[in-house]
Amino acid sequence: MSAVLRQPASLRQRVHWTDRIAHLLLAAIAAALTAFLAGPLLAILAQSVEGKQGEFVALDNFFAYFGTPALADSLWNSVWTSVVVTAAVVPAAFTFAYALTRSCMPWKGAFRTVTLTPLLAPSLLAAISFIYWFGNQGVLKDWMHALGIEQIYGAPGIILSQLFSVFPHALMVLVTALSLADARLYEAADALGTSAVRKFFTITLPGAKYGIASAAMVSFTLVITDFGIPKVIGGNFNVLSTDVFKLVIGQQDFPKGAVVALFLLAPALLTFVVDRFVQKKQTSMLTARAVPYAPRPSRRRDTAMTAYCSVIVLLMLAVAGMALFASFVKFWPYDLSFSLRHYAFGIVDGEVNVAMKNSVVLALWTATAGTAIVFSGAYLMEKTRGADWLRAPVQLLALIPMAVPGLVLGLGYIFFFNAPQNPLNFLYHTMTILVVCTIVHFYTTGHLTAVTALKALDAEFESVSASLKVPFWKTFWRVTLPICTPALIDISRYFFINAMTTISAVVFIYSPDTRLVALTILNLDEAGEPGAAAAMAVLIALTSLIVCILYLGIGRLAERRTQSWRKTS
Amino acid sequence: MAQVRVEEARQPFLRLEGIRKQFGSFTALRSIRLDVSRGEFVCFLGPSGCGKTTLLRIIAGLEAQTEGTILQGGRDISALPPAQRDYGIVFQSYALFPNLSVLDNVAYGLVNRRAERAAIAARVAELLKLVGLPEAGAKFPAQLSGGEQQRIALARALATSPGLLLLDEPLSALDAIVRVRLRQEIRSLQQRLGVTTIMVTHDQEEALTMADRIVVMNHGVIDQVGTPLEVYREPATPFVADFVGKVNMLAGTVEAPGRLRIGAHGFACTSCNASVGKSVRAYLRPEDIVARPIVEGDVNVINSRIEKIEFLGSYCLVRVAAEGLEGQPLTVYLSLNYLSEMALADGSPMKLRILAERMRVFEA
Amino acid sequence: MIRIRILAALAASLLAGTAYAQGKTQLLVYTALETDQLKAYEQGFYKEVPDVEIRWVRDSTGVITAKLLAEKANPQADAVMGVAASSLALLDSQGMLVPYAPLNLDAIMTKYRDGKNPPAWFGMDVWGATVCFNTVEAKKRNIPKPETWKDLTKPAFKGQVVMPSPASSGTGFFDVTAWLALWGEKGGWDYMDKLHENIAQYTHSGSKPCNQAAAGEFVVGISFEYRGNTNKAKGAPIDLVFPKEGLGWDLEAFAIHKGTKKLEAAKKLADWASSKNAMILYGKNFAITAQPGVAQPLPNVPKDFEERLVKMDFKKAADSRERVLAEWTRRYNGKVEKR
Repeated sequence: MSAVLRQPASLRQRVHWTDRIAHLLLAAIAAALTAFLAGPLLAILAQSVEGKQGEFVALDNFFAYFGTPALADSLWNSVWTSVVVTAAVVPAAFTFAYALTRSCMPWKGAFRTVTLTPLLAPSLLAAISFIYWFGNQGVLKDWMHALGIEQIYGAPGIILSQLFSVFPHALMVLVTALSLADARLYEAADALGTSAVRKFFTITLPGAKYGIASAAMVSFTLVITDFGIPKVIGGNFNVLSTDVFKLVIGQQDFPKGAVVALFLLAPALLTFVVDRFVQKKQTSMLTARAVPYAPRPSRRRDTAMTAYCSVIVLLMLAVAGMALFASFVKFWPYDLSFSLRHYAFGIVDGEVNVAMKNSVVLALWTATAGTAIVFSGAYLMEKTRGADWLRAPVQLLALIPMAVPGLVLGLGYIFFFNAPQNPLNFLYHTMTILVVCTIVHFYTTGHLTAVTALKALDAEFESVSASLKVPFWKTFWRVTLPICTPALIDISRYFFINAMTTISAVVFIYSPDTRLVALTILNLDEAGEPGAAAAMAVLIALTSLIVCILYLGIGRLAERRTQSWRKTS
Repeated sequence: MAQVRVEEARQPFLRLEGIRKQFGSFTALRSIRLDVSRGEFVCFLGPSGCGKTTLLRIIAGLEAQTEGTILQGGRDISALPPAQRDYGIVFQSYALFPNLSVLDNVAYGLVNRRAERAAIAARVAELLKLVGLPEAGAKFPAQLSGGEQQRIALARALATSPGLLLLDEPLSALDAIVRVRLRQEIRSLQQRLGVTTIMVTHDQEEALTMADRIVVMNHGVIDQVGTPLEVYREPATPFVADFVGKVNMLAGTVEAPGRLRIGAHGFACTSCNASVGKSVRAYLRPEDIVARPIVEGDVNVINSRIEKIEFLGSYCLVRVAAEGLEGQPLTVYLSLNYLSEMALADGSPMKLRILAERMRVFEA
Repeated sequence: MIRIRILAALAASLLAGTAYAQGKTQLLVYTALETDQLKAYEQGFYKEVPDVEIRWVRDSTGVITAKLLAEKANPQADAVMGVAASSLALLDSQGMLVPYAPLNLDAIMTKYRDGKNPPAWFGMDVWGATVCFNTVEAKKRNIPKPETWKDLTKPAFKGQVVMPSPASSGTGFFDVTAWLALWGEKGGWDYMDKLHENIAQYTHSGSKPCNQAAAGEFVVGISFEYRGNTNKAKGAPIDLVFPKEGLGWDLEAFAIHKGTKKLEAAKKLADWASSKNAMILYGKNFAITAQPGVAQPLPNVPKDFEERLVKMDFKKAADSRERVLAEWTRRYNGKVEKR
């Protein structure tokens, strides 16, 4: 009996030198993730138990936090606004997703494209726009008063802006969930004479329940960790994210800032854990025998859906359009004549061309280096063997960034990289650290996309390669990369657009040499120049749009050149 | 020279000694011992989970055994990684590189060896001819049928002239008709090239048709190694008897040496080694029970009534209820000719003779 | 494809890199000057000292002060220009400044420079409290024009007053110190309690309240004269009000940061910042410069602006800064929003 208790290790197979290289690369990625993710997070943890002079004060800072009612209020404010937004956006996005996947509504492509608008600019574009709509000089201010809301500053503004900003994210998750439908279930229900309503509640909703949960998690996390919107339109309504900013930048009170950052991390971590749990339970909806669902036309439903989607799309365009309009207005509200003053202000006084160059450089570097690192890391994890002790840590580190709000990450970077004892200290205030921080911030989605694409490949490619004595990197270059080109393009576009529009992580670690356009918007708003801020946001949106179109072109080109083997004729 | 070759011929090409594989507390393979001769076609046959694929992967180096040695061509490859072993492998999914042409797929292992372009092209052409697809070079895997893909995978595995060819259920993804045709092609290819081959399959018909020797595995152990005929006619364990081919099982006791009592009958049994009084199980193939010729004085004759005739084409599987066998059913093969000749149908009575020398008896 | 993009990115950043690899000495200057003023001062400096390049780190006074204090152990800044004297006095008390007598020191009024010899810091220009009052919006709501600070606590102004937060803005800070100076501890905090009832928002920067008043977003923006002047010049329907009790003010000042490795270049900047040419530039924006008789009168600022300023003790303001900010934060930060 006791002889069986100890798990026998397998015979130690000799490690081929190509495998050693794979292990080294994997170790390098592990080291990088530790230095640029785990290190900063631990630095925050360390900072939260230190006093202002660096002495160890255990939980004093935490007690001080709870002792200040205003700060505890922020926690409550953050949570309830996030819940409200989630409760509103998920049904709205669900209905839209339903229209896109389960109805025969016309112009689906156009509707879908417009909903991507909020992704093109930083989130605070919506906040600026809503001030123009509902602020004290707002166009529709009276409507708002009629609803009993006294002013847009504060919770109403935050909630409205987040609705706009979070909608596309929730929509993407729900469209994916609703696309996985097996027509046979519906056909069976029809054969049994089930009513449409009953079909919805017994087949559609349960089938999408994991998607709905996921969308709710995503929305909640996005709202509670967002910084730009509450900064612009929050007024005196304090939330955790603006608190962190005020404490760290405004008062340079790092210990308290670290405490608030930890509280910001908690909801994000929680939703992340729940989401992972939900993902595990998601059984495969589409087996090999499933028949994809093709909706049948139904006049009443289709018209209703079209009307609904039109309303949503119009609202979105109204928000984006107002920002565009305001950027060309000379002096709101007293002089509505057309003027390029705000653009000139940004470009001349705000030195936005420098900032734009920096932003584009950041985005390019993030897109290229990020895609390369993410994809290589995923490949090494999925397709090479050995060095098992490395794999679990790398896997964990790859998933953590999704749970870390940008503010928290940026904060960690200040603590970690500004410490004089840190040998990597020289990176502080460089473009490199901005690139690294942005890559780490958006790592997980890229990683998951890469893993999904890699899992779709035959699991035995590498075994075949080994048996034919071909080193794995040759197979990587000749087979894996070409097949996964669509995924690579997706990942790099994701990195690029996010690098252009991100604020929360970089707001702490940028330097005078590395000013970014997204931050310029923030500064302009702080200075009370909403017109110029709107103009800059429009410029970012324009750049993002151009880049998206470029990517479309690249995608088509790549498809023709590297994916032609998919044709079966 | 001839002396050396005789020596070589006498040494097994592949020798597995004491192979054990443990996954945590689950033992997938227990002390496997096997010799494979050069040029032999061996099938690992067994139900899912018996460890046959694990064993194959251990030979390939894709899994590491917990214990045991592997010798290939006299060389100890037990601890070598796959890249340092000498074999070609075809997986169930073929794992053809979809974005490379057939030509590039087949040449994949050759290109690495930095051979001349012309030499590579010639070798690829030769291989494509060998597998019967000489015109397929420029096509892509997605444009080929399942059977064609399988042959290309084979060509690719053979391109480097490996000493050992490993096939992991290569035919299971194919239609029945294609499967039958490909069986023969693979077998004739293998014989022509003389490459030592190990094939994993759960289809006993495949094993019986293709193999020189079959290794029947069950729950991580080898139950029997033998030629198809040996495994069929002389199953070493009840499992083998049951797994390979159809079989009838009758329970009874040993009455006297060479004599069994099953139900109300006594049966003569030539190969019965159990001691008197023991409970035994007797295994009979359907063809071990004949309807003719039955003459006066024959032993092991029983009366029966046809319960159900299952039409299979030129012969039928007939289930009979035999008298005095305590309700244990018997299934026999009867040709269509015989059935129509004798005008037999459900319910018809029939005399049957059990061939004494065919009874395989195991202790219960 | 990927290779092309890598090359493109490398090329782009190489270009960016070369732009910075000039032969000039670079000074890292922390400042709270308005962005629209920075360029002009910079150009003026380059005309006289072409071989020094300035890299600005710009943020509101409070933020810059906090940043400098936080970096005390590991100083980054070479010089501090256009930051409130009250803050510089604080830095001085922490031993973070290098005393230096710039070329034109004699022309600068004694009350607008550090008393020591050589001075740790010297003033550039004065900026003082000004209330921007939107006449159009006020008319709509029947709000009378305020004449005094106390007027702003009247119920008519509820929800219509914005002022900068003293924690982040130098403007906000000098408002608070002025009220404390005018009415003492009890009177000052009492006033602020009452004013808080009418405050709609505390902004991050000193300019924003006036900008918001100019845009009609709120009726009253407590700001400073430069911003009020520029907004009115742009045609905003605002009146500039200078409350009768007295105006808070501070000096935008200059100092060399201890630990700078570019002392010579910093001294050159100091010399220029004290020079008459520089004072003329400051005078375009502010009514009072540290060197008297240089500033041109601003169109919308009364000629007796200087007399309206309250008495200011920079050292006292510096010493009490932390305490005042803590008290202010305790009282007014994050009270549940008034409906």
